[in-house]
Amino acid sequence: MTAAPALDSAIAPPQGGRWAIEAVDIDKWFGPVHANRDVTLRVAKGSIHGIVGENGAGKSTLMNILYGYHPADRGEIRIDGKTADIRRPSDALALGVGMVHQHFMLVENFSVLENVLLGAEGGALLAEGRGKARAELERLGRDYGLEVDPDAVVEDLPVGIQQRVEILKALYRGAETLILDEPTGVLTPQEADKLFHFLRVLRDQGKTVILITHKLREIMDVTDRVTVMRRGAVVADLLTQNTSKEELAELMVGRKVRLGGDKAPANPGAVVLEVQDLHVNDEQGKPRVRGVSFNVRGGEIVGIAGVSGNGQTELLEALGGIRPAASGRIALKGSEVSTRRPGLTARILRRLGLGHVPEDRHRMGLVAGFAAYENAILGHQDEKQYHRGWLLDRARMVDYCGEWMDAYDVRPGNPLLEALSFSGGNQQKLVVAREMEHTPDLLLVGQPTRGVDIGAIEFIHKRLIAMRDAGKAVLVVSVELDEIMTLSDRILVMFDGRIVGEVSPETATERQLGLMMAGIAEAA
Amino acid sequence: MEDTLLLVSTMASATLRVATPLVLAALAGLFAERSGIVDIGLEGKMLGAAFAAAATAAVTGSAWLGLCAALAASTLLSLIHGFASITHHGNQVVSGMALNIMVAGLCPVLANAWFRQSGQTPMLGQQARFGPIALPFAESLAKVPVIGPLYSGVISGHNILVYLAALAVPVVAFVVYRTSFGLRLRAVGENPEAVDTAGVSVSRLRYQALILAGLLCGVAGAYLSTAHNAGFIRDMTAGKGYLALAALIFGKWKPVPTLLACLLFAFADAVQIRLQGVPVPGIGIIPVQLIQALPYVLTVLLLAGFVGKSVAPKASGIPYLKER
Repeated sequence: MTAAPALDSAIAPPQGGRWAIEAVDIDKWFGPVHANRDVTLRVAKGSIHGIVGENGAGKSTLMNILYGYHPADRGEIRIDGKTADIRRPSDALALGVGMVHQHFMLVENFSVLENVLLGAEGGALLAEGRGKARAELERLGRDYGLEVDPDAVVEDLPVGIQQRVEILKALYRGAETLILDEPTGVLTPQEADKLFHFLRVLRDQGKTVILITHKLREIMDVTDRVTVMRRGAVVADLLTQNTSKEELAELMVGRKVRLGGDKAPANPGAVVLEVQDLHVNDEQGKPRVRGVSFNVRGGEIVGIAGVSGNGQTELLEALGGIRPAASGRIALKGSEVSTRRPGLTARILRRLGLGHVPEDRHRMGLVAGFAAYENAILGHQDEKQYHRGWLLDRARMVDYCGEWMDAYDVRPGNPLLEALSFSGGNQQKLVVAREMEHTPDLLLVGQPTRGVDIGAIEFIHKRLIAMRDAGKAVLVVSVELDEIMTLSDRILVMFDGRIVGEVSPETATERQLGLMMAGIAEAA
Repeated sequence: MEDTLLLVSTMASATLRVATPLVLAALAGLFAERSGIVDIGLEGKMLGAAFAAAATAAVTGSAWLGLCAALAASTLLSLIHGFASITHHGNQVVSGMALNIMVAGLCPVLANAWFRQSGQTPMLGQQARFGPIALPFAESLAKVPVIGPLYSGVISGHNILVYLAALAVPVVAFVVYRTSFGLRLRAVGENPEAVDTAGVSVSRLRYQALILAGLLCGVAGAYLSTAHNAGFIRDMTAGKGYLALAALIFGKWKPVPTLLACLLFAFADAVQIRLQGVPVPGIGIIPVQLIQALPYVLTVLLLAGFVGKSVAPKASGIPYLKER
């Protein structure tokens, strides 16, 4: 046994209450990976219990065990104090355990009603259960403020509403304990607030909520108690009011973490990127970027803040040469690179000194089935250094990739592994390594740390600042306000395809930025 | 007038006879593919069933026992497909194709060993086949103009399996759209994880779907060898399984449109039989081979150009493995 971790008042449920759900000495292997090591978790009835940990810490595995999606190799689950034999989701559902998965488990071309009915049809014929489900949905909608049109087709609904359908599914099945796996990843801040409000209502009615997240602020906001996991094991179980973000971060990572981090003042040099009156349309021809002008100098980080879907994606794609601009001017190091000119593709831009870490690393940043070393040179595969005569020089690619993996702390550091076998944070570090190691003068970074754990966030931020200090120009687009505030030397706020203002991170407040992002306030 | 009516009624009747195995096989494919299992083995199942039916009927002299044997053989083949593709997550096209090849070789070999008739089963007598059934009033109504010949000439006078196939369409539509099983079936072909997390076993559902597919193919096979023909001959399915699959795609994996697609293909087949050796005005006699290719050419044309957006069940063909 290792030394007792920071467990306070661990054994007895508070105020003579009961445990809603207990997992005792759970052990789980996935092939060679020890995903859960002797994990013990106790969740008090009528509480909101948070579980934090970096990606790959075993949070989701533990929840999938509680839900019966993956049976444990060893250990015991107790529900309401009684040993429960949960081997498949139907067992968990029968015992009142419901789960909202990170990736929604919805049949997209089904109506809301059909999705709710699935698995709980209440008879051989659909007509029998349908009326009852409709009435029940209406009641749940009224009681919890979860109104949804039962006949709407799921794929037509926005993600926030789809999540509501998932919650309704669980409640309809009579969930007493609701597990939510990273529920706020797809939500706007306002939607997240609404969700938290709803979780408090659930708790006040005596239901139990288990919330998995990597956002420490959410833990501090909404949970009563928090369990920290690291590398498959529980390292702490704390009352939320007795802890802090800093302590949690340290427990998660296993060492001191600088949240925020500090940096020297910027030393801006010559203009590297110049954008004038840029207009960009989406596939449907709808204008998404509507007359944007700004520039980025060497030695500074410019951050673009905004609620997702206000044109940042299209702007970044146009600058990266992936999407043609409708009109306007883009100049890189003084030479015009209007993306309307046919043939001026991402590849040529790269040659001119552009690096691009795209927003969606799964779709654009990596080829999931390629080995790490192949991904490490993608976009630069025509360069001489990777060739020996006509052929790609595999040995050299592997060498380079191995070096970068060391330098960027990509784990496991094996260039021959497929990209998909790395965790999100390590995939992102691989993409960042590729873009930075090809020495761009301008680095575009979209959502630098989306789906990335704290350790990797810290690392990527440090690298971006180092790049700035080396005199390169960096443009960061992120929906995470914290990140924008930490990294940027100047902040541009985008709303509805326009830049509505520029603020300095020293003087700006989150509230002011939030209002600008909502299109309500102008820059002071 | 009289001639035209006779032509129409002969053609319509022929279309129904040709369409029967197509409809049954296409509905079999509908169950399988809606559950997320690509069933390219329809052909093999039908052929195996045709052989089992003919062999059993030849030995026992009973068409009904033949049908039972066909159902058993075809379901067994379906379960083998399931074992490879559900339990062992194998490639569904490979597994289905393997069945087709195996059955195509095995049946003539068994026929040779058991009956010594160069890969065929003995000709079946009337007793060992499904004979035509005259529907009530067919005789008396025959004299009524227009309706009479259509009723007695087109609708009446088929064997029981034709009516079974006709009945199967509304039954399958009801099962797929109105029952809990149907809801789960449609869901598991779209998003098996949603079904799994809703507490329903994906494997069990898919096996159930494959058993239904096996039964329907069994009827189709029995029809071929003990109703439409009088015995099993080598490769007697002649691509009907693939044609049924094409009709299923053309019908967008929905029962009624699939039926219509089957009727269209069958009509093309009836036309090609009709056109053989008949001089076409201005062209003369068209070579038989060219005419026989007509239904297949039609299939290619329809699938290539006129289907519009036909979206397969999303999870079709993908073995279900739990995410870590």
